[in-house]
Amino acid sequence: MAHIELPEGIPPGIRGLMTYRPETAKPLNELVEVLLRAPHSLSAGERELIATFVSSGNDCKYCQSIHGAIAAVHLGGDEALVAAVKDDYTAAGVSDKMKALLNIAGKVRESGKSVTTEDVENARRQGATDLEIHDTVLIAAVFCLCNRYVDGLATWAPEDPDFYRQRGALVAANGYGASILMK
Amino acid sequence: MPHIQLPEGLPGISSGFAFRPETAKPMRALAEVLLRGPSTLSSGEREMIATLVSTRNDCFFCQTSHRAAAAHLLDTGQGSTLEASYELVDAVRFDFQNAAVSPKMKALLMIAAKVQVSGKSVLTGDIEAARQAGATDLEIHDTVLIAAAFCMFNRYVDGLATFAPTDQQVYDEMGAMLAREGYVRESKQGA
Repeated sequence: MAHIELPEGIPPGIRGLMTYRPETAKPLNELVEVLLRAPHSLSAGERELIATFVSSGNDCKYCQSIHGAIAAVHLGGDEALVAAVKDDYTAAGVSDKMKALLNIAGKVRESGKSVTTEDVENARRQGATDLEIHDTVLIAAVFCLCNRYVDGLATWAPEDPDFYRQRGALVAANGYGASILMK
Repeated sequence: MPHIQLPEGLPGISSGFAFRPETAKPMRALAEVLLRGPSTLSSGEREMIATLVSTRNDCFFCQTSHRAAAAHLLDTGQGSTLEASYELVDAVRFDFQNAAVSPKMKALLMIAAKVQVSGKSVLTGDIEAARQAGATDLEIHDTVLIAAAFCMFNRYVDGLATFAPTDQQVYDEMGAMLAREGYVRESKQGA
């Protein structure tokens, strides 16, 4: 049961909270839309992998499940790749650049101060741009927010993987601003 | 030196904001609604929650700038001075259980401190204690989200190794400006 009283029939995870408090939902949705879906040299699938990896590290069931499902849709249905990144990204079938960015995201999850000059130089050597490094840091930081918001208020997370597959397909198609209103 | 080439001469988060205006806009809007929008918690109280979380995350720029914003917003009572306000904010930063704030604020600060560690650290007992001290569901919601938001802002500022001034006078002026003008404004200076 959630820590605060949410209206009955409210959607699970962060969407229930966004329905409860639309004033804060608006900038949160805008931020996630820009970071995860706007035109970028990192694909939407790669950016969702970063979000999934951080949410998995923070042990947030709802966020890692929904963003893992969205990532899989963007990656042509490759759920095994999403699972591999969560399990051990250094051995997963992603580029060396992505591995260097996932390393940075994992550091940010612990603390901003954990990111070293070496981590950043390594990402640059693998071809990462300043914008890609910036956005990786910010995506990781934003999911440290979302994970704490979802779990700090003890929101409900469905068990059924099909729930996340269906929602993931909707969000991958329509985005975050629109998704809040969709059942 | 910052990890990436950020616009020079801008302190802390404002250098990240100038580098990436597309993400700056919703981040500023989120801070504005959470810390300054209509609420039964005063802006000074909400800035103290932000300051506690930033202190525990050891983010020098955020804790120093929001400490100053809180001090400029707080009214410590008759004969209130800025110095007394700073003393109160520091008492909250380092030992909120013994600070001169209401039992409700202490219960909300406890929830914020738990969120700083992990969302899962917040227990039903923490929420019940806040309710018993008079906190509403919206106050509890906003406390959790302010704490979560500063776990983002702190990681953004330190994860890019942004430049943080060391002169306290700079932060006092920044705090006065934030208290006066808030987070959504034309100027690119300050937090």
